[in-house]
Amino acid sequence: MVGGLFIIITSQNYLKKVVGLAIFQTAVFVFFVSLAKVLDGTAPILTKMANAYSNPLPHVLILTAIVVGVATSALGLALVLQIYKNYETIEEKEIESLELKSDK
Amino acid sequence: MFDIFLDDAPALVVVLPLLISAIIAFMPSKIWPWIISIITLLLHLFLSLHLLKEISVSGLIIYEFGNWEPPWGISFKIDGVNIGLQLLFSIFVLVSTFYSRKIFLNEIDYRDSGKAYSLWLLAVGSLNGIILTNDIFNLFVFLEISALASISLIALGAGQNRKALLAAFNYLIIGAIGATFYVIGVGFAYAMTGTLNMNDLVIQLAQYSDGQLAIFAGMSFMLIGLMVKAAIFPVHIWLPPAYSYAPSAVSTLLAALATKTILYFFVRLLYEVFIIYPNYLSLFLDFVLYPLSLLAIFIGTVIAIYQDDIKKLLAFSSIAQIGYITLAFSLKDHSGVSSGFVHIFNHALIKGGLFMAVGYFAILYKDRVTLNSLKGFGYKYPITSFALLICGLSLIGLPLTNGFISKLYLFQALYTNQMYFSIALVAVSSALAVVYFWKIVEQMWFSEIKFKSEKEDAYIYLPIWIVTISIIVFGIYSTPIIEFSNLSADYLISGYQN
Repeated sequence: MVGGLFIIITSQNYLKKVVGLAIFQTAVFVFFVSLAKVLDGTAPILTKMANAYSNPLPHVLILTAIVVGVATSALGLALVLQIYKNYETIEEKEIESLELKSDK
Repeated sequence: MFDIFLDDAPALVVVLPLLISAIIAFMPSKIWPWIISIITLLLHLFLSLHLLKEISVSGLIIYEFGNWEPPWGISFKIDGVNIGLQLLFSIFVLVSTFYSRKIFLNEIDYRDSGKAYSLWLLAVGSLNGIILTNDIFNLFVFLEISALASISLIALGAGQNRKALLAAFNYLIIGAIGATFYVIGVGFAYAMTGTLNMNDLVIQLAQYSDGQLAIFAGMSFMLIGLMVKAAIFPVHIWLPPAYSYAPSAVSTLLAALATKTILYFFVRLLYEVFIIYPNYLSLFLDFVLYPLSLLAIFIGTVIAIYQDDIKKLLAFSSIAQIGYITLAFSLKDHSGVSSGFVHIFNHALIKGGLFMAVGYFAILYKDRVTLNSLKGFGYKYPITSFALLICGLSLIGLPLTNGFISKLYLFQALYTNQMYFSIALVAVSSALAVVYFWKIVEQMWFSEIKFKSEKEDAYIYLPIWIVTISIIVFGIYSTPIIEFSNLSADYLISGYQN
């Protein structure tokens, strides 16, 4: 989780930022799924052998969150592509210097 | 037959825009997406009015999706807190959609207008979901739908200025971090209580009456995530570029409503759920929200003075205005919360009107509106300029406008809490608001050259004047806004007193 956040903050490359965001989000998903584990629990399918079930609800929540995460990444990548088309670079510093030039 | 639909009104106000948005996404036509959106939003307004009628009879509606009882199923809750906001939302969205047609035609390729209105309705539906939902995870989903829709809408401004892409990208990254923080918080809360329903959460949290570290961590994560989304001071950096480079119609919608709905949920979370831990709550309000609000008010106003670009100026003034709202909410009593809601209503109208007028100027001027470019606009385009003047005076808080009512109630609330320092600061920053607004007025009316007036487009200035007239009407006859805000505060604060 911290790794993903670190990438987002330090990296100068927009593409890397999107990837960092994906890592950050995935870490949170894993955190959610780990909450669901019940000791000695099996998958929540009704059988006579099981004496405890893991909680399926966090998985379902995360399924939703994954969809949201995919949409976020997709939109982020699409924006990076458009930025590249407009600026011909996706490095933060180069874009900043380009913008400074155009402001003058 | 119609009654079947009315029973599902709480769901329909959210689902209807979302469904229609899928339908109009691929319409290549110039006008049909707009007509369908207007019809949808008229229905939306009708449903909201129906909800108002129901609420005035019963006082509380809990709509269970698929008849799954809460706490298992997802539910929507409509009560005194959000009905006023729902109504404002419905009306304002309709007006700004009416306004948006000519603006969109000027700023984006007409072949994209189907997609633009599709995103527009997506944003409307999901923001409405934020107002109504009673489930903390469901909120995250709506938060992200609205964020992604508004990011795409902001990126549409790239046809005018490529910086819109950078603004949208920054909003995406910062917004997604905020939302993920919120989800971590939800995870902690769920791990401790096993519930996501807000009413049930209150009951379940009561068993940890002395408080547990995991819960406090979760609460803090949730609050910080929402603060990012609501652009409360130190985490507001995504907002000014996003609002100023978005297409003008989009700035109107976002500035008026997007942060307001999130602020509403923020205060609801504070006073409905976290109220269980009064110590934690007052710690957060007194030592985090209160100083940050003061900083936001002061710094936002000062930065706004130095802006040359008018849309950026308005965006920074939004930061200051959000500061006023959170300052009111940090007061922990009825007068504070009520004045916060008053300012949510009034500021939505004021900022909406200002962005609408400036958006129209941007089209007339065919470039970004800077201070210099406004020279003589007061004579060239008197109808829109006069509306801008009234909205601006209301932003400063002159009597006979609704901005005055906001300031009056805020001062009253601060006075009863004996916060004289904040009163002084609010007064000073109101005076500073005169400085930045005067710069605009000076350019528009007091330039040396005289201009002849030119023709203005009635389709655009009518919605602007609807907003402007409502500003004056609510400045003189403020009872509806005050009543709705008091109602909201009654519901929220009753929990705090017990």
